[in-house]
Amino acid sequence: MGDRRVRLIARLDVKAPNLIKGIHLEGLRKIGDPAEFALKYYEQGIDEILYMDIVASLYQRNSLGDIVTATTENVFIPITVGGGIRSLADVEKMMRCGADKVALNTAVVRRPELITEIASRFGSQCMVLSIEAKQSGPGPGRWEVYVDNGREHTGFDVVDWARRAVDLGAGEVLVTSVDREGTRKGFDVALTRAVADAVPVPVIASGGMGSAGHLSEVVRAGHADAVAMADILHYNRIGLPEIRTAAAGDGIGVRRI
Amino acid sequence: MKKTAVIVDYGVGNLRSVARAVVACGWDPVLAVDASGVDKAERIILPGVGAFASCVEALTAHGLKAPVMRAMDDGRPILGICVGMQMLLDKSEEFGDHAGLGRIAGRVAAIPRGGADGTPHKIPHIGWSPLQPAGAGWADTIFEGVEPGSACYFVHSFSAMPERADVKLAVCDYNGVEICAALRSGNLYGVQFHPEKSGPVGLKIIANFLSMPKA
Repeated sequence: MGDRRVRLIARLDVKAPNLIKGIHLEGLRKIGDPAEFALKYYEQGIDEILYMDIVASLYQRNSLGDIVTATTENVFIPITVGGGIRSLADVEKMMRCGADKVALNTAVVRRPELITEIASRFGSQCMVLSIEAKQSGPGPGRWEVYVDNGREHTGFDVVDWARRAVDLGAGEVLVTSVDREGTRKGFDVALTRAVADAVPVPVIASGGMGSAGHLSEVVRAGHADAVAMADILHYNRIGLPEIRTAAAGDGIGVRRI
Repeated sequence: MKKTAVIVDYGVGNLRSVARAVVACGWDPVLAVDASGVDKAERIILPGVGAFASCVEALTAHGLKAPVMRAMDDGRPILGICVGMQMLLDKSEEFGDHAGLGRIAGRVAAIPRGGADGTPHKIPHIGWSPLQPAGAGWADTIFEGVEPGSACYFVHSFSAMPERADVKLAVCDYNGVEICAALRSGNLYGVQFHPEKSGPVGLKIIANFLSMPKA
């Protein structure tokens, strides 16, 4: 087995100009200045930053674009931006602000061809499919795609949609469990695994991390290629160095700082 | 007065981060959108993201291919990043055969879909991979003072396959597959990873490049 490394991603949900955090993507609380938090995580050795604009304020004053611009002044790691991106022009705007990748959910559910348009213009590596998933139906093992921050259902099966989106050109899949988001009960391991085993591109697990052990679990049993963490970092419940050390202690390959 | 480094701007990708990295290294970044900008440059950074063919086409369409080639012949230090590195080779097999700038013998080919032991892995190769020296080592190169094993950020599905092993400057391992992480041929440097996205190690590599003497 070669050298496979899991990426640790700080997820910052933003309602500009504030970093916020909710539970099940609702009940939002202000935490602080997102760019300051991003800089702190960069200095502590986070591998990537993920900004999610939960009110899709792309063209308003003091929008996410300004936050990305402020962040890229002094943060030299990859930055992914999601929330409210609907067109090639929106993608270009975010790239110009300093983003490396964009994450799309609602817009590509409504018009899946947009995935191909973004991938052919900016490359697959730039096009992250964002899935908000809720368990559905009787019995385990089925999840449905939601849009608008987990409020509106689509009738799309998560695994089918992930496969289709990757065929259309998505280079990475961010899977957020709405059921687990903000609960600190651990990732939805079965959901992550179902997607990770179905697609040939990297999968980022998001939603529910409450301990360092949850990270090892979703990597080992859930086959996640990357892990997004939010309030565990924002509220400094466990420091990033401790998370990294614990993961390495569990035999999970992480970047040596 | 600060020294200036030129970033070739042919309309692809995120140049802001490259420019900010140049600033962090104490240099002034200047975006060159035409031949005169490149002709004046003493240090040239050639970025590139997306598909190989569209990068070569865009570079040519913006009238920037010829001045970049002139700078190469002139011995001025050039750093190709990601597809900017891949373009230094003869050709790429991404979406059919496409000619590159042909300054380093070799081709650009898809990363094999499985590891050395046959286990499948994810493509693109995305993440922080530790670099190891290849060829003649890192003394007097852009890796001067970088500790072997330092990780840099990669995101790519294709990788450079130079014909001559001695142009390889650094390699990394992806599930048992050796990836050419950096190349050097005289004044030409190429890195497959993104130094502008690789934290303090990446900034060190950029600073080293900027201080390279003219060949």
